Amino acid sequence: MPDLALVTSLLSAGGGPFPPIDQEYLFEARQMQALSLAVHIPLVCFGLAFPALVLFAEWRYLRTGDPLYRTIARRWSRVMLALFAVGVVTGTILSFELGLLWPGFMASFGNVFGLGFALEGFSFFIEAIFIAIYAYGWDRIPPRLHFLSGIPVAIAGVTGSFFVIAVNSWMNHPTGFTLSDGRTVDVNSWSALFGNSYLWHEWVHMYFAGFIVAGFLIASFYAWGYLRGRRGRYQRTALTIALTAAAVMAPLQIVVGDWAAREVANVQPVKLAAIEGLPQTTAGAPEHLLGWYNGHEVVYGIEIPRLLSLLAYHDPDATVEGLNAVPTADQPPVNVVRFAFQTMVGIGSLLALLSVLYLYVRFRRRRLPRSRWFYRAVAAAGPLSVVALIAGWVTTEVGRQPWVVYGVMRTSEAVTGAEGIPIGYGTLVVVYIGLATAVAWMLRRLSHIPLESGGDGPEPPHPEPGAAHAG
Amino acid sequence: MLAEIPMVIILLGVAAYTVLAGADFGAGFWTLFPGGGRTSRAATRDHARHAMGPVWEANHVWLVLVLVVCWTAYPVAFASITSTLAAPLFIAAVGIILRGTSYALRGQLEGARGQRAVESVFALSSVLTPFALGAVTGGIASGRVPVGNAAGDLVTSWLNPTSVMIGTLAVATSAYLAAVYLAADARRFGEREPERDFRVRALWSGVVAGALAVAGLLVMRADARPIWDGLTSGAGLVMVVVSAAAGLATLVLVWRSRFGPARASGALAVAAIIAGWALAQRPYFLPGLTVDEAAAGRSTLVAVVVSVAIGAVVLVPSLILLFGLFLRGRLDAGPVPGAPAVEARAAAAPPPRLLGAFALACLLVGAGLLVFADPGWAHAVGVACLCACAVSAFVLGTTTPEREKPEQDG
Repeated sequence: MPDLALVTSLLSAGGGPFPPIDQEYLFEARQMQALSLAVHIPLVCFGLAFPALVLFAEWRYLRTGDPLYRTIARRWSRVMLALFAVGVVTGTILSFELGLLWPGFMASFGNVFGLGFALEGFSFFIEAIFIAIYAYGWDRIPPRLHFLSGIPVAIAGVTGSFFVIAVNSWMNHPTGFTLSDGRTVDVNSWSALFGNSYLWHEWVHMYFAGFIVAGFLIASFYAWGYLRGRRGRYQRTALTIALTAAAVMAPLQIVVGDWAAREVANVQPVKLAAIEGLPQTTAGAPEHLLGWYNGHEVVYGIEIPRLLSLLAYHDPDATVEGLNAVPTADQPPVNVVRFAFQTMVGIGSLLALLSVLYLYVRFRRRRLPRSRWFYRAVAAAGPLSVVALIAGWVTTEVGRQPWVVYGVMRTSEAVTGAEGIPIGYGTLVVVYIGLATAVAWMLRRLSHIPLESGGDGPEPPHPEPGAAHAG
Repeated sequence: MLAEIPMVIILLGVAAYTVLAGADFGAGFWTLFPGGGRTSRAATRDHARHAMGPVWEANHVWLVLVLVVCWTAYPVAFASITSTLAAPLFIAAVGIILRGTSYALRGQLEGARGQRAVESVFALSSVLTPFALGAVTGGIASGRVPVGNAAGDLVTSWLNPTSVMIGTLAVATSAYLAAVYLAADARRFGEREPERDFRVRALWSGVVAGALAVAGLLVMRADARPIWDGLTSGAGLVMVVVSAAAGLATLVLVWRSRFGPARASGALAVAAIIAGWALAQRPYFLPGLTVDEAAAGRSTLVAVVVSVAIGAVVLVPSLILLFGLFLRGRLDAGPVPGAPAVEARAAAAPPPRLLGAFALACLLVGAGLLVFADPGWAHAVGVACLCACAVSAFVLGTTTPEREKPEQDG
């Protein structure tokens, strides 16, 4: 990692290709980017997990010949295609916004991290090509080949997210270049992106989150239906697949999260200090549940002595760096980061608890739980898992502030000089409200297709009367 | 030399996007103006929508490829373009969202209320997006994007004669290509009347697009002289002649209802004019900034070229597979040609105790390594163990049959 003090002095000496500019609406620009990410990330979870679940259902059909599994796979693949289409367009606006909002960042560092997105572009291509073959190919391609055509979709979803997270981990832990007179020299994109120790925990954490969010969201739909009396074999089987996928991941996520927290402690101690609200560098640092950071300490919280030291360094007496290690101007907004982190951990723990309960009943009693409260909890778990997901991203991205490239470039140095950010932000809010309405409407229509139809292709048959279909 | 290879990749991407996604935009254009044929308006709209179904997402990715190669290989030029041309790029981005969402939504709304409103959003955004992207092209071609953070005029950089002309031409070209492709698709479906309608539409939209292209040249003569000079001499002129010849050939082929070759020559006409633009502007990317000067360092360029080469090895066969299936009608909606069902049989369930023990062992080893070990390889093994635990527990949880029927009341 480049020497931070040297880098900062070089940057402030000017020289970079895009000198810093005074942008009145920096906060709005950040909000606009955050909104676009918050809309896209839940869809990414479906890109990660849904192909695997659909393929599992189809694999069961091929193994057992039970048409029920075929119906599940077919109906889910329609939802998968619809959500993929929305993911395509909301992902595209993200790549536009990188240039529209943060030209300083792109001009200075596009040559370092851009490669990650180029590779992601190819993953995206493969995903788009094979999802079309899979979703439109039901009954038109022999069953085994059809199953195989879905496998690249599942793989590309994983590799695509891997490349994007490689970029994010580089922003949090920049390596693979040196700065000279504000310009990047000695760039090695490969080592910057993939030789980065910070990549692995972020990726695994997100991958597990993908299954938790997609699994609980699908399960919460069927749990809702269960409460309203839809308890047929189809619904119970679909619920079992989705809920089991989420439930096996949620308890493991705690272990992965613990690993992630220790990586943060090593590489971004100031972020960890913000997560806990630790004002001074402390030996045997405590952890606070809830509470509020008033600028000096956490008040109204439940203090657990030495826990932070124990969790971060596996030593109750370890010294943990406090916020005072850096000037106030270099500290992230503590309460936002703290609140987001505690939200994520709180919801994550509840989901893990619900999961263990479910797995216990499923394995020991070999049936689904019967309590209505269980189904109410699962119905709530879907939306809550999305909240936890967003809160996790707020923790890592707001915790990175005021830097866009950690310790190297400030977000304020990256922002565009163009006017009209509030107009763009307002437009985007309206567009996303429309988008959310459209998605809700679409899913409702899809769920109302009678089971007996088996779920035709992604669209109803060609309505042209009396048309012959040659080919 | 190395500095120009990513630019060639970008131009190939722009050409592919203009031809393939352009035809999808054009299909949207024809849902806006579905009248004037023998086929009913509703049937015309349906035909235009259905024909792009399986391929529009893949076609769209070309745009993403262009953006990412541009910002990796030419970061300063990319940032200058996006900051000065923020308005049309934002309009294009919003158009892309509206169009993709309304397309996906429309597919689920057969006969429902709100269908027409959604169709209108789809049609209008299909016109707006190519216009905005054409205006971006015009801003770059007419030298209105200086190097720097929003250094150009935020309005006149895209609301100027060249931009408006190229934006209009982009819409017309899209409509033309779409009409040719839709006529070919109608023939594949064996639908005579839509084929005739789209043949007529292709002919007159081809004439309009050709006239707009000539007018565009004249506008550039007045508004963007360097490009005009480049297009009327040397290699630029060759490309203009190739494009004009391919355009005329397409009209003749459509006239004679030979839609297959017309697809190819129409694509060639568009690709040639994009190549002509690049040759006319060479060696400059932006005013005062050559492609060489804009290029990132050698290691980045090598990395981009290597990744695109590796990517192409995977991508090209996949694209051939997709378009092969698509053009042979294997992905068309419609009556199913009797698919063989898989016969029911008892599948051997995995031994539950063994699998359960395996999951538990993986959990303990994985969690132990991840929490208490420090070396990277230990973390890798730990993650692998956790994944194995998750997969085995998932298989166990989903394949174990339910012991008893749940209560039916509640």
